[in-house]
Amino acid sequence: MLVLPPVSVPSLRTSPTLLEISADNWRLASLVGVVVSALAVAALPADVAFWIVGALVALVAVAFVVNAYRRRYYGGLLVAPAIAVLFAMNIFPLLWSLGLSFFAYQSNRQSIWFVGLNNYIKVLTNDIAAADNWHALINTGMFVVLTVSAQMIVGFMLAMLFAKQFPLRKYLLILVLTPMMLSVVASGVFFTYYYDPTFGILSYAINSIAGGQFILMDSKAGAVAGIVFADAWMWSPFVMLLVLAGLVSVPKYLYEAAAIDRVSAWRRFWTITFPYIRGLLMLALLFRTIEAFKLADLVILLTKGGNDTMTISYHLIRIANEQNKTSEGAAISYIMLFMVIVLTNLYLYLANRRTRES
Amino acid sequence: MAADTSIWQRIGFRRSFGVAEAGWGRTLVVAGVSFVYFLPVLFIIFTAIKPQALALSVPPTLSPTSLFGLIPDQFVFTPTLENFSSVFSRVMTGGGQPEPTGFDRFFFNSIVIASASVLLALILGTLAAYGFSRYPLKGNDTYLFIILTTRMLPAIVVIIPVILMFRAVGLSGSYLGIILLYTAFNLAFTIWMMKSFFDELSTDVEDAARIDGSSGTRVFLKICLPQVVAGLAATFVFGLILTWNEFLFALLVTGPDTRTVPVAMNQAVSSGGRGTDWTLLAAIETLFLIPVFLVTFFLQEHLLRGVTFGTVRK
Repeated sequence: MLVLPPVSVPSLRTSPTLLEISADNWRLASLVGVVVSALAVAALPADVAFWIVGALVALVAVAFVVNAYRRRYYGGLLVAPAIAVLFAMNIFPLLWSLGLSFFAYQSNRQSIWFVGLNNYIKVLTNDIAAADNWHALINTGMFVVLTVSAQMIVGFMLAMLFAKQFPLRKYLLILVLTPMMLSVVASGVFFTYYYDPTFGILSYAINSIAGGQFILMDSKAGAVAGIVFADAWMWSPFVMLLVLAGLVSVPKYLYEAAAIDRVSAWRRFWTITFPYIRGLLMLALLFRTIEAFKLADLVILLTKGGNDTMTISYHLIRIANEQNKTSEGAAISYIMLFMVIVLTNLYLYLANRRTRES
Repeated sequence: MAADTSIWQRIGFRRSFGVAEAGWGRTLVVAGVSFVYFLPVLFIIFTAIKPQALALSVPPTLSPTSLFGLIPDQFVFTPTLENFSSVFSRVMTGGGQPEPTGFDRFFFNSIVIASASVLLALILGTLAAYGFSRYPLKGNDTYLFIILTTRMLPAIVVIIPVILMFRAVGLSGSYLGIILLYTAFNLAFTIWMMKSFFDELSTDVEDAARIDGSSGTRVFLKICLPQVVAGLAATFVFGLILTWNEFLFALLVTGPDTRTVPVAMNQAVSSGGRGTDWTLLAAIETLFLIPVFLVTFFLQEHLLRGVTFGTVRK
């Protein structure tokens, strides 16, 4: 008979009462923290108060950690440090700018007053501003569809090429990965050179073959093609790496079994390979879509928004940074965030439904 | 058998998927594709060793060697290393002694900031991903989604409150500030990526170890982590590449002492109002590419090795 070794389970501690001094009394720690930091912020200069508040946050955090540890609440314990950094550096500023979007505030002026939803109404319906915004948004949608599909297709095909062991594979793979490692500043500037009508390689090649003067950036189609090509070239390796990580993790014996059963290549792909790469493919799609919505740097470098290639992100940089309309910019970005959230939820919903089916 | 081997199968496309062996035929095909894909980078590297006067020549000069007469003479230039030394010290307008440009400092900054923040994000993110995967909280998916949302807004929106916040507490222009900012910038991707790797591991081995009396820490360090080394390497490389080249945060948050190379590069090539200095830009970019290229190259083994070494998978 199987005898399990005796496992001693220490009894869970009951919560300490409010005024008990103990390391896991998070209620007392939070209370002290709130009172003392309120006093410090009110009485002391900002830079001193910051470190006092920081120390108190650390104290409260320690109390929570000890509390979680004694109650075996490991999930919270593991997640907490990452959430803390994200909160301080991302979520807090996000909420701050959400707040700003309800005020009239320009970063080059002192005045600030509450205007409620006026910023949102203005960017969505105002005759002049809203038309630009909608236009930039439609352009962004176009860029998202074109760049993401180009990246997925090229990345997937590259991954298929590299999905086997062959001589020199290691050295060839690093060549394909290099475009991703270039700084956008450098590669964007060099793409302006490649596309340049007078000095550029592309124009030189086409002119010497077809004759005449070839200017890629002359039309909207050309300008869009130029931007999409540069973006897809830079980021297809990203998709490739994720897909490749999935492809090489498929156990070999599955293919061997499929070969014995004479399963067709098409079915082998959908029933064996695809389930293994689906998660990573979804991740690649998700992150590339989010990044594509933020496309601005290449547009700035290649066309400066000319030829009707203005994207919402670049438009936003202009409004928030060059025209100093901080709160209008915040309003636009929250409308944009809303759209991205709807889109990603749709992705995640579809992905989860697929998982449940299989 | 010989009857149904097509030309494709004979040159190495025998079975479509899996880490199978393929021959030199596959190497040739992939080499062709890779070379074409690499051409724009190769051109930047060649521009870095071009004499400055030839940077904008028509027809463009393409190669430092004629490859035994394969490339016509008009496309060939004589290589020089002058551009690399002018990255670090160059003669400013008006002549005189060469002055240091401070790029050694900027390279140092880039290395310190990128490696510190990516490692920090990897440690915090892996712990969090393990937590999300093995000890789901109430509303686990909501937390994960909120984390993802932090990557959705354009940086410009987050950066204005961050600048105000950093100024108020004196983090503006310090290493700590930019490192923390980049850590947060990398966390979303790290958590999602590592969670997808942890989710794919079978929990059978872990459960067995727990029953045998291993502590939670031991299960994490000795059983889970070794199985996701490939994931850690991939996440590290992605994080490094994104952080290494990040421009907007660095432009607005770093001071003269903590400036990173992308910002300095942008200033160096467009200052003076004479348009882009192509050879200088190419030289900086080439030097800047080397560290991240080497890291990726050496982590590649892990990047590609399947995570299947005898463990039971779901």
